[in-house]
Amino acid sequence: MHSIPGRRLIISLFLIFLLLPIYWLVNMSFKTNSEIVTTMTLWPHQPTLENYKRIFTDESWYSGYINSLKYVIINTVISIAVALPAAYGFSRYRFLGDKHLFFWLLSNRMAPAAVFALPFFNLYSAINLFDTPWAVALAHCIFNVPLAVWILEGFVSGVPREIDETAFLDGYSFPRFFIKILVPLIASGIGVAAFFCFMFSWVELLLARTLTSVSAKPISAIMTRTVSAAGMDWGLLAAAGVLTIIPGALVIWFVRNYIARGFALGRV
Amino acid sequence: MDKTINQKAWFLVLPVFAVVAFSAILPLMTVVNYSMQDTFGNNQFFWNGVGWFKELLDPSTDLGGRFLASLGRNLLFSAIILSIEVPLGIVVALSMPREGWSVAVCLVILALPLLIPWNVVGTIWQIFGRPDIGLLGYTLNSLGFDYNYVSNEFDAWATVIVMDVWHWTSLVALLCYAGLKSIPDAYYQAAQIDGASRWAVFKAIQLPKMNRVLLIAVLLRFMDSFMIYTEPFVVTGGGPGNSTTFVSIELVKIALGQFDLGKAAALSLVYNLIILIVCWVFYTVMTNAGAECPAKQGGA
Repeated sequence: MHSIPGRRLIISLFLIFLLLPIYWLVNMSFKTNSEIVTTMTLWPHQPTLENYKRIFTDESWYSGYINSLKYVIINTVISIAVALPAAYGFSRYRFLGDKHLFFWLLSNRMAPAAVFALPFFNLYSAINLFDTPWAVALAHCIFNVPLAVWILEGFVSGVPREIDETAFLDGYSFPRFFIKILVPLIASGIGVAAFFCFMFSWVELLLARTLTSVSAKPISAIMTRTVSAAGMDWGLLAAAGVLTIIPGALVIWFVRNYIARGFALGRV
Repeated sequence: MDKTINQKAWFLVLPVFAVVAFSAILPLMTVVNYSMQDTFGNNQFFWNGVGWFKELLDPSTDLGGRFLASLGRNLLFSAIILSIEVPLGIVVALSMPREGWSVAVCLVILALPLLIPWNVVGTIWQIFGRPDIGLLGYTLNSLGFDYNYVSNEFDAWATVIVMDVWHWTSLVALLCYAGLKSIPDAYYQAAQIDGASRWAVFKAIQLPKMNRVLLIAVLLRFMDSFMIYTEPFVVTGGGPGNSTTFVSIELVKIALGQFDLGKAAALSLVYNLIILIVCWVFYTVMTNAGAECPAKQGGA
């Protein structure tokens, strides 16, 4: 009953509005540059795979995707690993400064990346991590760890306390209880948190670009370099753009049944 | 749920504290250090006290003028996109299909823009809006509108705003949808027996239930639009002139473009302080809202 008159029309129009610019990008990625510049065509009249072929055969292009995936995965693993125990701590116990600590964490999620770009550059150069995936992965922790703690805290709070107490009475040690009982119970929550960490690390550009120069350059930075080069290669740019959408689309497909709950951060 | 007092819980949060402190406190110390000094290159620094802060808040100086102008533009931008995205997000959430395969399809398409790298979002709209090769720009121009986001300030603003609506309305819609899903059917049945109108159902049942998620949505949208950098930078580069130069773009220009460390650091601190205050206000409102209806809290 949560529907309004004309809802089919509204949702259809909105979805078309979302898909149209993406369609245009896909459309352009299959065109040759001469077709893009000279004519206005709603679909590629001389479809070509040349743009994609160049990306998959040129190492300076495809290594960008590998670099991006590397730091995104490292970041997701670190974020979840440190956030899990903290989420349990915040959910179950009251301790000195807990509220202040929680607020401080959240405020870091909100801190503008532009503020940290320069100090991060100095910091990671000083400890010789500059231009490695680790630098970007650690830098992205500043917004992903607080988010993971926030999401997981909601899910841990949904697990009844009695389960903890029963497990401890049964003689489970804390680490064993954590891994054998708690983690399986909040598996969907971990999935949701990992989804958000993946998402925010994958879409970020400013820090990733500032902290890399050659060997760990992410795909998004390689794309901006092409934009500024003389003589635009629109087809290639569009193909690279389409390829950055695919990992995200795959991840969404796998978590589609949890999206609604995930966006409520487990606590509506 | 009653929490027990246990100081040992600090050990559980210690890893998080260490990781975030490493990437937040250490850099922030550098910023504070820089903000009090002036540099002429060669790693030579001179004490400048609160000089940069004075300049920053004084609109007659170059730095202050630029900062306050970009701050004004940024606040206007945030206000506009919030007033579009929040109502639109609610309408979209209310229009979601109820069941069947179409729900999954709608959810996936809605979430799609959220997972596109921000510079690619910029690229998509840069291409889409170009009068020569973009569908939008071409159509508008052939309909007789003189649309060009590179040279016209109004067009540049319109493009950046429509782009943000395209990019982020889904977040508001998905949050509201999650809120709507949690309303038990019994509420609607009761409303039907009472003969409540559509509008009454929305006002008395749906809106209060969405309160909490809407607050999260407004907080996230305000913060993210307040620190927006990549998308407008790719599309307009802050131009034409300075008309779409927001605070983050200005900051990166000063910090990484001119390497004016002192000025950039002072700007960073003030910028961060504004965000911290807004964040605190929201956090307080949110925890108070939670305290009033404890029954709703903690349910996953």
